[in-house]
Amino acid sequence: MTTQAKKPPRVGLFVTCLVDLFRPSVGFAALRLLEDAGCVVEVPRTQTCCGQPAYNSGDRADSREIAINTIRAFEDYDYIVAPSGSCAGMLKKHYPGLFAGDREWEARCAAFSAKVHELVSFLTDVLQAKTVAARVETSVTYHDSCSGLRELGIQHQPRQLLGSVGGLSLIEMQEADVCCGFGGTFCVKYPEISNAIVGKKIGNIAATGAETLLAGDLGCLMNMAGKLKREGSRVEVRHVAEVLAGMTDTPPIGGRA
Amino acid sequence: MSARDAILGKIRRSLGADASDPARRAAVTSRLELAPLGVIPARGQLPQAERVALFCTMAKKLLASVERVSGYDAVPETVAGYLRNNNLPAAVRMGADERLSSMPWVEQRALEISRGPSDGDDAVGVSHAGSGVAETGTLVLTSGGDNPTTINFLPDHHIVVVSAADIEGDLESALAKIRERYGKGEMPRTVNLISGPSRSGDIEQKLILGAHGPRALHIIVVDEPGVS
Amino acid sequence: MQVTSPQFKKHTRAALANPHLQQALGNVRAGFIDKRKKAVDALPEFDQLRDSARDIKNHMLDHLDLYLEAYEAKVRASGGYVHWAETAEEARAIILDICRSAGARTVTKGKSMITEEIELNDFLQKNGIRPVETDLGEYIIQLRGEHPSHIIAPAVHLTKDQVEADFRRVHDHLPPTRDLTEHESLLYEARRVLRPAYFDADVGITGANFLVAETGTSIIVTNEGNGDLTQILPKVHVVVASIEKIVPTLEDAAQIMRVLARSATGQEMSVYTTMSTGPRRPGDPDGPEDYHVVLIDNGRSAMLGTEFQDMLRCIRCGACMNHCPVYHSVGGHAYGSVYPGPMGAVLTPSLAGLAKSGHLPNASTFCGRCESVCPMRIPLPKMMRHWREREFERGLNPATQRTGLKLWAMFARRPALYRFATSVAVPLLSMFGRRTGRFRHLPLAGGWTRYRDFPAPEGRTFMQQLSERDAVTMQGAK
Repeated sequence: MTTQAKKPPRVGLFVTCLVDLFRPSVGFAALRLLEDAGCVVEVPRTQTCCGQPAYNSGDRADSREIAINTIRAFEDYDYIVAPSGSCAGMLKKHYPGLFAGDREWEARCAAFSAKVHELVSFLTDVLQAKTVAARVETSVTYHDSCSGLRELGIQHQPRQLLGSVGGLSLIEMQEADVCCGFGGTFCVKYPEISNAIVGKKIGNIAATGAETLLAGDLGCLMNMAGKLKREGSRVEVRHVAEVLAGMTDTPPIGGRA
Repeated sequence: MSARDAILGKIRRSLGADASDPARRAAVTSRLELAPLGVIPARGQLPQAERVALFCTMAKKLLASVERVSGYDAVPETVAGYLRNNNLPAAVRMGADERLSSMPWVEQRALEISRGPSDGDDAVGVSHAGSGVAETGTLVLTSGGDNPTTINFLPDHHIVVVSAADIEGDLESALAKIRERYGKGEMPRTVNLISGPSRSGDIEQKLILGAHGPRALHIIVVDEPGVS
Repeated sequence: MQVTSPQFKKHTRAALANPHLQQALGNVRAGFIDKRKKAVDALPEFDQLRDSARDIKNHMLDHLDLYLEAYEAKVRASGGYVHWAETAEEARAIILDICRSAGARTVTKGKSMITEEIELNDFLQKNGIRPVETDLGEYIIQLRGEHPSHIIAPAVHLTKDQVEADFRRVHDHLPPTRDLTEHESLLYEARRVLRPAYFDADVGITGANFLVAETGTSIIVTNEGNGDLTQILPKVHVVVASIEKIVPTLEDAAQIMRVLARSATGQEMSVYTTMSTGPRRPGDPDGPEDYHVVLIDNGRSAMLGTEFQDMLRCIRCGACMNHCPVYHSVGGHAYGSVYPGPMGAVLTPSLAGLAKSGHLPNASTFCGRCESVCPMRIPLPKMMRHWREREFERGLNPATQRTGLKLWAMFARRPALYRFATSVAVPLLSMFGRRTGRFRHLPLAGGWTRYRDFPAPEGRTFMQQLSERDAVTMQGAK
């Protein structure tokens, strides 16, 4: 990472509700990665959730209210970064559509959305990071979460940084780019289908023989971890940021303290 | 109100469009008149010799068999050879195509030739294609007494003769040739673009040749000395 | 259009428990996905062609009325008849009339989704006319009294052994000792059985992949050749097509063809692309004596000018369902509509009403793989979301769902309340789950914990922990 002569970028960390509630480790890993990369990071306390549960359930009015809350909290930063392709995709790609026809908010939202990035791709694509300093002795396989992959084009970035982690080997699974069956409210509205999809996914994970499963979205990770645990698998599940930050002393997702 | 007027009226209401809007009319008239070309893949844009070679390669990929012969006079013995090699009876059906008719079939004494459309009892049909498309290995055949459409589909084996000089780089060039021959906006009753022998993958996605049409497509590409 | 989509959940449970279906669905990856990718990778201009194809159809839809008029005039000029049907019922009546005028007892049919949509076969049968499906997959499901489970591979839900059993049951005039163990033997038996039907038929009915306004031509794309035998042998050829099949010119059709076969089956071209213009000409030794086109609206015109207009670009290649994890899991019949998978999830509510098909746009993870492969660049997830919005506006989704959502949104809109509530609830939940790090059962989360453990929260929330580290810049609402 080159040190920047000019003022360090001010980054607002959009923690995401799942990380806030279930996996604070990911938030701290994101803080470390961003700070190590020379950013000044702040965490606005008025953030809640990106609004996807409402948005994907067809509730536009609430989605808009939630979006306004998020924009207000973050619009003054140079960048808004989230450790989630799905939430970053919501802020970047879907918020603007909520304000079509509202001149004031359309403009405010466009300026906001242009500054939003998913964490790993922010490190590689914006900050031009090629490596991280971490060392983690493990074999991993990486699942491409759908929104990050198809809305934001995140595929080579995490693999590039994982390649620089000392002691780590990456084993690709079959169909790494196929959905894990989470789908937000989908997994509880259609649990049988969701189960069938995640069942195939963990088959592909197990077939790699990797010790650790990584991905960039906590929703997907909780889904896959929950299924792996239910099936008695010993594969450990972590968010990719935890490994890139070298912060793997916490128990894995769904694992015991 | 007729269903026609009702449908057209609903379309216009949904689009918020006016039937007499001159700008809309002009957009349609001009597209129909000019028939602009879209994206043409670079693959087939080759000099003639390479184009013919590409056609042959692509047709083989489609599981057709391909032979190249020099001059139309060589076609009848090539057909007879194909029948022998495939243990087929020495009989073929063909239409009144002049290029086919003027070939020296008499030299193949054992070969029985029937003329006219197929009624389903022929093992082998012979047609002459109007053109070939190098991009995909596709043959272009047009209906009529010259090359009855039934011959393209009913016999088990379809032998198609095409002149190397008629092999175009891309589909649009082949369509332009039809337009040249029949006139702008006019078409023969049927144009068959044929890309390999008949097949189906409907059972467990396993590909099997010879579903309802010919099980085998044999293409004879004729290089005519002095023609390009 | 009849739909059984309200029973979607029941259907999916049955589908997931059906071993034949699950085995058959296993063929989709090698049969479609891998082949498509290979074909796409082999054509550098593929994405440019997608743009071109999208633009052509957009232009056509914006001028659909005028192109329909131009198309009609050209068909008439070539000696064909054009009929217009606003509804499925009108279309069926028109087709029956044509069949009766031809004195038809048997009609052969090429594969056509629109005739499935208007439920033509049942109607003809009730009126004393025998419809014979000639596409192998359609033939198989006709024998079984089923509907297609896929728009281009109607029998994709069946295994070879099931087809063998059906052939033995129906083809009872053939020796019972015959060998039907191979795919080849099944195909050749169908070929032998169907060949005479083409000659018996008085009318041949096909669909259309394209209707070309420039020339009055209908185009079908097939691999078997059945569509061709269906239209050249009988006296009468009837083309049944919905109005959005129009393209302006032959060149426009050529553009779209390049993305169609590649997206559908991974072929560069389908084996037979057949362009038909009017009836047999003077001097033609074969071909139909009469050529009819039945243009069907059945709900399309109402989609124009709405957020669902883009759906009318669909060319029915099936790539969206081939790449859909939900379709892979439950197959096409579970959707309870002629049109399954992502394209059906958008189209079915337009055609059959949202009240009957609300599950379909909801049964998606929004993984976006359908949109990423759609040759016509139709934003399928976005349109499914539009249906969810309409459902929400009209209060059609379940009350428990709405209440839960509203409750959650109330917190999500109020940061202070949200902070307080989560700072109480999360540590509590974490404490209960501390021993194993996960829950096997959790009240109100039965949908999750029936099949998966639920990972317990690590401890206090990120925000709580961060406050203690005193590393937060307090930034109140502005």
